[in-house]
Amino acid sequence: MALLEVQNLRVELKTREGIFPVIDDLSFSLEEGQNLALVGESGCGKSMTALALMGLVPHPVGRIAGGSIKFNGEDLVAASDARMRAIRGNDISMIFQEPMTSLNPVYTTGEQIAEVLRRHQGLGRKAAWENSVELLDAVGIPTPRQRAEVYPHQMSGGQRQRVMIAMALACRPKILIADEPTTALDVTVQAQIFDLLRDLEREFGTALILITHDMGAVVEMADRMIVMYAGRKAEEGPVDAVINTPLHPYTKGLIACVPHLMDTITEDRPELFEIPGIVPPLSRFGEDACLFRDRSDQCTQKCYECRPAEVKIGEQIVACWGAE
Amino acid sequence: MTDQTQPAPKARSPLAETAEMFLKNHAAVVASIVLIAIIIAAIIGPPLYADDPFEMVWAPFSPPGEEGFILGTDYLGRDMLSMILSGARVSLAIGVTAAFVSVFIGITIGALAGFYRGWVEEVLMRFTEFFQVLPTLLFSMVIVALFGASLVTVTVAIGVVSWTAVARITRAEFLRIRELEYVMASRAAGAGNMKLMFAVILPNALPPIIVQAALMVGTAILFEAGLAFLGLTDPNVISWGQIIGSNREAILSEPFAVTIPGVAIFITVLAISLVGDGLNDALNPKLRAR
Amino acid sequence: MALLISVLQRIGYALALLIAVLVLNFLLMHAAPGDIADTIAQDMGGADAEVMERIRRDYGLDLPVWQQLLRYIGNVAQGDLGYSFFFQVPVTDLLIERVPATLLLVITAQLLAILVGVILGVIAARRPNGFGSHMVTLLALFGYSAPVFWTGIMLLICFSLWVPLFPSGGMQDVTLEGGLFERVLDVARHMVLPVITLASIFLALYSRLCRASMLEVLGADYIRTAKAKGLSEGGIVFKHALKNALSPVVTLAGLQFSAVVSGAVLVETVFSWPGLGTLALQSILARDTPTILGILFFSSLVVVVVNLITDLVLRLIDPRIRTGAA
Repeated sequence: MALLEVQNLRVELKTREGIFPVIDDLSFSLEEGQNLALVGESGCGKSMTALALMGLVPHPVGRIAGGSIKFNGEDLVAASDARMRAIRGNDISMIFQEPMTSLNPVYTTGEQIAEVLRRHQGLGRKAAWENSVELLDAVGIPTPRQRAEVYPHQMSGGQRQRVMIAMALACRPKILIADEPTTALDVTVQAQIFDLLRDLEREFGTALILITHDMGAVVEMADRMIVMYAGRKAEEGPVDAVINTPLHPYTKGLIACVPHLMDTITEDRPELFEIPGIVPPLSRFGEDACLFRDRSDQCTQKCYECRPAEVKIGEQIVACWGAE
Repeated sequence: MTDQTQPAPKARSPLAETAEMFLKNHAAVVASIVLIAIIIAAIIGPPLYADDPFEMVWAPFSPPGEEGFILGTDYLGRDMLSMILSGARVSLAIGVTAAFVSVFIGITIGALAGFYRGWVEEVLMRFTEFFQVLPTLLFSMVIVALFGASLVTVTVAIGVVSWTAVARITRAEFLRIRELEYVMASRAAGAGNMKLMFAVILPNALPPIIVQAALMVGTAILFEAGLAFLGLTDPNVISWGQIIGSNREAILSEPFAVTIPGVAIFITVLAISLVGDGLNDALNPKLRAR
Repeated sequence: MALLISVLQRIGYALALLIAVLVLNFLLMHAAPGDIADTIAQDMGGADAEVMERIRRDYGLDLPVWQQLLRYIGNVAQGDLGYSFFFQVPVTDLLIERVPATLLLVITAQLLAILVGVILGVIAARRPNGFGSHMVTLLALFGYSAPVFWTGIMLLICFSLWVPLFPSGGMQDVTLEGGLFERVLDVARHMVLPVITLASIFLALYSRLCRASMLEVLGADYIRTAKAKGLSEGGIVFKHALKNALSPVVTLAGLQFSAVVSGAVLVETVFSWPGLGTLALQSILARDTPTILGILFFSSLVVVVVNLITDLVLRLIDPRIRTGAA
């Protein structure tokens, strides 16, 4: 049994024009200790997938309308609020894109880490504090005892993201979800944060779900990858296979945008280019058709009539009528 | 760029858009109608209604309805309805004029502070803070007491103590707008400081100031009512607060005599607040999401 | 150290504000028609020019204006606010006698308004389109639109006349016999209506602001983080959101304090509360200039002190102010 099994997940958002699926029939699984990357442009449902796993789909605008999320066999979609709170931050935890605003400005960093330990591990005040100092040390913050006493605004962006990581890994979770963890940071700091994440995640045996639009980060960090487009899975497979023989035109486009993808991460690695056209508006997400058709140069009549089915080709799964 | 099916929003004048937003706010529309009715009653009421508000027409403290006096009579036996109509004129006139005085002072100080920055701003904002520290009602009581109770003194006393909010808002808007491109462009085109301040920046700073000014009218009416209740008003005119104040001794024996004028103040100020809220929503669409 | 310096700065600034109030007082005294000599002469039923001259010399009115100003400020610094010809006692004595009643009323009302306002604001913010939220908006509108003295009168009619739960005025029942406890209870009973009246305006204001502030904070990234930590709803709202949402409310409460003092004048008059407000009205009607200016000064002093306290509270709440960032 896989650690995490997502089956036919459907998340709907209520907008002024109607109700539309931001995530439409998404299935995937994650093994213990495995690193999975969710890739795609913004607005493709990557972050919403993460929020759905955390049970944090913004209420009442959004709701999980169907499917299941099985964590160790337990369906999180059906779990009670109290049960979800016990899982969040303990078994599954998450770090966010904006380290500058994701920490509470009125509490010390030490307190914000210790809080998780008190909540989930039942530690006392002193033990939790000691533990959070150790965690700060583990994420590479110098003089952790002093830094535990300072407030977030007294730290740099990179340091704050380290604090976020310490907080997320405090209870040694089974799954860590990292939503664009380095996008808001300087390039030099980005590499450091990725190194840190990889080291800790190996040390703790945590499975990682990395959400990114950065193909370089995928190659660096992940074993498997899922390319998402307009709330649907476009392609899935081992990172090497997908990168070497992309089957979906969208994947090809994403890869083509990065010239030296297989090179190691360097400071001057160029940013991702955009594929011509944009992701369709949310109001078209539910259509029974290929949503990528306007941006693809190889589409046929069939792409307009029917949503492409997911087919398995070798180690990869792809949803495109043109794939072979 | 995109071939999406979303219709492009029709270009409309900002005024029409604001009006449309305002009309969608039902409470504000109803409040406007009530307010217009009050203003009309204040203008045409006294000449149309037969009784002189100063004349004793019936037994003191006759309850409403008795002998055809719809709202009864006061402690001197004067017709309450006639007094309320007459009082509406004074309350509204003082409210509007005092609000005008305070908006004028507030805009001047806020504009100078926000435009010139530096020591001018420092001095003017300290001056503003000084006025925030003074208990407003006490200060205007002192002014009225020292300089005599006339309509002019009361109006000035209210205006002089209540401009600080307008000054702060104006300054904040000026600080924001003076850095915008079109102001830079006007400056580069050789516009003088006066022109920049009052012809270029001020019109763009107006929306929040208009909202504040509308609310100021309500505050000023409340303020006048407070002063009049304490007896610090022109003894030769009737205002709503003054009716309450003069019947104060009979609060527990003849409650209607103090209730009725209070209702008049309450409805008027409530209508003004609702109109102000409506204007606020219509003029600052960004805030609507709240 | 930086904290100490900034606190000292605030205190120095507060002193400057108070001196400004004194200068204003002085100017008002001089701008108004008539002077102390006229008042005294009036009191004595008329005096000849020679007597007037002597009074003016006694009170230093023949000195240059700037010397009179310095003398006035010096006197106030020594606690001498002048002599009330109407009450026949020094103004300072008069104030000391009346201040406790006003402070009791004003502070209780303000604390009540903040407490209930924050609670209502939090309730409203948790369901921004719910019934409670609309009630808070409505309450805020009503509280703002009703003249405070009229609200007091209506409460008086309801809860003293129709349903005689509370006394109709005053601060204590002079005929009451009993121990300390009975007397405290008696004052408390007398306080209920005036405190509720005075709190009503500000309660409305604070609940509305707290609602807006909570709504903004609840959408912040760090609240999402708190949720991701698996904290309980209460922990998120009260620990993580409220402390951030409180700053604007505390700031406003500080700014509003001069309005609270103003409101107290009206409320005290309605309920015959023996405080500074009723004294202010009495002395104005009696044209007792030294007393009324003394009250103006003392109220400003109270507002300045409250602003200092507000400043300190803000520093306790928000470390960004404390450490001098943002």
